[in-house]
Amino acid sequence: MFGWEFPPHILGGLGTASYGLTKGMAQNGDMDITFVIPKPWGDEPKDFARIIGANCTPVAWRDVNWDYVESRIGNVMNPQTYYDLRDHIYSDFNYMHTNDLGCIEFSGRYPENLLEEINNYSIVAGVIARTVDCDIIHSHDWLTYPAGIHAKQVTGKPLVIHVHATDFDRSRGNVNPTVFNIERDGMINADHIITVSNLTRQTVIEKYGIPAHKVTTVHNAVEPLNDELLNLQAPPGKTSKVITFLGRITMQKGPEYFVEAAAQVLSKVQNAQFVMAGSGDMMEKMIRLVARRGISDRFHFTGFLKGKQVYEMLKASDVYIMPSVSEPFGISPLEAMQMGVPSIISKQSGCAEILENVIKVDYWDTNAIADAIYSIIKYPAMFKQLQEQGLEEVNQIVWKKAGAKVIDIYHSLIG
Amino acid sequence: MKAICFYFQIHQPFRLKNYRFFDIGNDHYYYDDFANDEIITRIAQRSYLPANEMLLDMIKQYGNKFKVAFSISGTALEQLEIYVPEFIDSMKDLAATGCVEFLSETYAHSLASLEDPEEFIMQVKEHDKKIYQLFGQHPKVFRNTELIYSDDISALVASMGFKGAITDGAKHILGWKSPNYIYASALAPKLKLMLKNSKLSDDISFRFNNYEWESYPLTADKYIDWIAQLPDDEQIINLFMNYETFGELQPRESGIFDFMKALPRFAAKKGIEFWTPSEVLAKLKPVSQLSVPFPMSWADEARDTSAWLGNILQTEAVKKLYSIAERVHLCQDRRIKQDWYYLQASDHFFYMSTKHSSDGSVHSHYSPYESPYAAFTNYMNVLSDFMIRVREQFPENIENEELNSLLLTIRNQENEIEQLNREVEMMRRNIVKDTTGDFPVEDAPAAPEPKPVKRALSAKKAPAKKAPAKKAAPKKAEAKKPATKKAPAKKAEPKKAVAKKAEPKKATAKKPAKKAAPKK
Repeated sequence: MFGWEFPPHILGGLGTASYGLTKGMAQNGDMDITFVIPKPWGDEPKDFARIIGANCTPVAWRDVNWDYVESRIGNVMNPQTYYDLRDHIYSDFNYMHTNDLGCIEFSGRYPENLLEEINNYSIVAGVIARTVDCDIIHSHDWLTYPAGIHAKQVTGKPLVIHVHATDFDRSRGNVNPTVFNIERDGMINADHIITVSNLTRQTVIEKYGIPAHKVTTVHNAVEPLNDELLNLQAPPGKTSKVITFLGRITMQKGPEYFVEAAAQVLSKVQNAQFVMAGSGDMMEKMIRLVARRGISDRFHFTGFLKGKQVYEMLKASDVYIMPSVSEPFGISPLEAMQMGVPSIISKQSGCAEILENVIKVDYWDTNAIADAIYSIIKYPAMFKQLQEQGLEEVNQIVWKKAGAKVIDIYHSLIG
Repeated sequence: MKAICFYFQIHQPFRLKNYRFFDIGNDHYYYDDFANDEIITRIAQRSYLPANEMLLDMIKQYGNKFKVAFSISGTALEQLEIYVPEFIDSMKDLAATGCVEFLSETYAHSLASLEDPEEFIMQVKEHDKKIYQLFGQHPKVFRNTELIYSDDISALVASMGFKGAITDGAKHILGWKSPNYIYASALAPKLKLMLKNSKLSDDISFRFNNYEWESYPLTADKYIDWIAQLPDDEQIINLFMNYETFGELQPRESGIFDFMKALPRFAAKKGIEFWTPSEVLAKLKPVSQLSVPFPMSWADEARDTSAWLGNILQTEAVKKLYSIAERVHLCQDRRIKQDWYYLQASDHFFYMSTKHSSDGSVHSHYSPYESPYAAFTNYMNVLSDFMIRVREQFPENIENEELNSLLLTIRNQENEIEQLNREVEMMRRNIVKDTTGDFPVEDAPAAPEPKPVKRALSAKKAPAKKAPAKKAAPKKAEAKKPATKKAPAKKAEPKKAVAKKAEPKKATAKKPAKKAAPKK
């Protein structure tokens, strides 16, 4: 499997989904999974998949001894893997910028030179494909499609690509042609395409011109929460209702609709506070919009939250909102439901396809969003019904089932 | 000897408009006139009116052999009066034939029987009044909202003097028993029960047009044959259905009207008669008692009340609604009374159901809302506004008891004032006669005024605050207006006085309460 993010160092939903799916597949048994990521930090869970870091994979020969390798990358992977990989360098990449181990450095994020990093990742994939014996190649999201194609060419094994999002979602239709081409190239070369929702499946079929029989939807799921998170206590002395938006503050997530709805609710309700948690390129614009609406006293920005902070935020919340303009899936409402927070989601998000006990609105319908918020914070029965039924529902949505579906697809390809 | 008893239900709720939380406290009109008009007009044109015509034809053709019963909710009647007045006329024609019986029910097609017995009784009376006004009949047989029934309800119904009640032949109640007999309530044995024959009723209302049904097509002689083949001692077949069955649920093209028209002819051949519920109850004796400890209905698979009270949203909305029942009963405001009825319609709660599968699809089919959550939100917003209006009439911090006695005092005083007024008027006339215009007119009322007030004080020990308020009234009137205009000015005064008194201080409010207590 080729991925870009893996917990605990994640930047968005991609890492969580890749991790959950991998684990869910492992739970179905009889799987030997190798997961490649650009830059492992060493604290990734390794119990169900072998992690290979692209930045630990040599593409140029360096004569280094065991202890040195151990000291450099021992926390990330077994030095033996390094030597195995080194035996399969297929070309001289000394012209590239490599380090003392003959590896290419990766940021593992989404830097300015992202396209270059994607290309490097694909080069590394060549080495790994020659080293690791596999039956199926599985690429998560467009960043890893070139690597998957490369690996397929090297090994001749079937390629499955997993579409967590398309550029149509990210850009509200203003597609970046380079990205589009990488995506489309991946889809054409893939033997099968997995999408995270029917919404995305439709995009893939219609916008990328892929034959429908090649595309299957496997909805995402959620990891059951551990007790530590479930037992988090809401902050004491909370007197007002907290309504939370949690996610990247970008065009795709529709933050401005949240602000507009907040302005409506606050004009009528005194004891409510709105929180926009996350960061993104529209944050400043949102701060200005909040100021213009004159609700800054009860509208807060927290900046980017990660790990436990996310759950602390949810625990303190009474309503969770995801007004995404276009959301391939959107795991966060499921997490909110796990924490017992009623959710309002846009009909334009993939998770709306499988969720019943949430309130679904059109992202642009700020009136409906405001009405829904008001209802949840004012009418306890509404809150309770959504909380209890939502919890029951979300507990049925487990990765193991999603993993089983993916394995079925594998079998049909190898078959 | 067998008989068929037809009874048709007509009900339409006043659907609510999209009522946003901004409207709470500002907008007191709650109804979606457009949708209500559109729906009832459509159904009337396609179903009610042609069906009435059909019944009228049948009754004319078969003399008095063909009889049916109707249960029409008050809200439906109101809508029909507004939007389809010709239907009321056609119904009056039917009523005039003497072959149509009207049943009693709750005015608003409400759940009051489950929540508030007092309200329930009031609504039934209101409904019967309406039926009498329109059709000149006093209903004798009771049919509850969606055939909701339980032992407790039967006791209530019996206490109101009804001879019989109609309910569903639910399997979990009947067990091996047949619905084709008359039963009696276990709690009120004098109340006879007529049970719906679900199979034969649904054959007409749901399966008639179903190509996949093995008995398709259903013809009148086949249907009557089925009934004739039932054991001889099963004498009464109760066919209860929505009136929309004709023309709406089963479209005209399906031949439903012709099927109905042919029924009496084949029935006559087999010696099967048509009876109204009252006739049934007069002619047949109950075979046994039926105990229904928990409320049942004819809705959904479960045949219980879960269609309206199945989740927290529904129970909360119903509880909130009836929590202000007592207050509303004290209100005199006509619009509040009206909204109170409209908001009680069981349909509003039906829309909030979160059931899935086949039941769920029925709920969502009738619901004007996208989801049960939207239904709840909208309803609660409306209810919030309604509660504000009720509270405006009577501040919340006064107990109901207290309020009651306050209102009593006010009414007594109003009467008294009126009486005194008359006295004043009389005296003034006398004075005018006596003085032949030498004395200024203003003096005349001033003189007798303190007297009655004092009398009131001594007689009733009216509260201190009230006295000045009363005194102030005449003074104002004296100063500004000629004596003749006094009466209306005074009449308006007492209400203001009450409002003032009720709001600012509990202390002042309590006094009259103590006063009125001995009166009770």
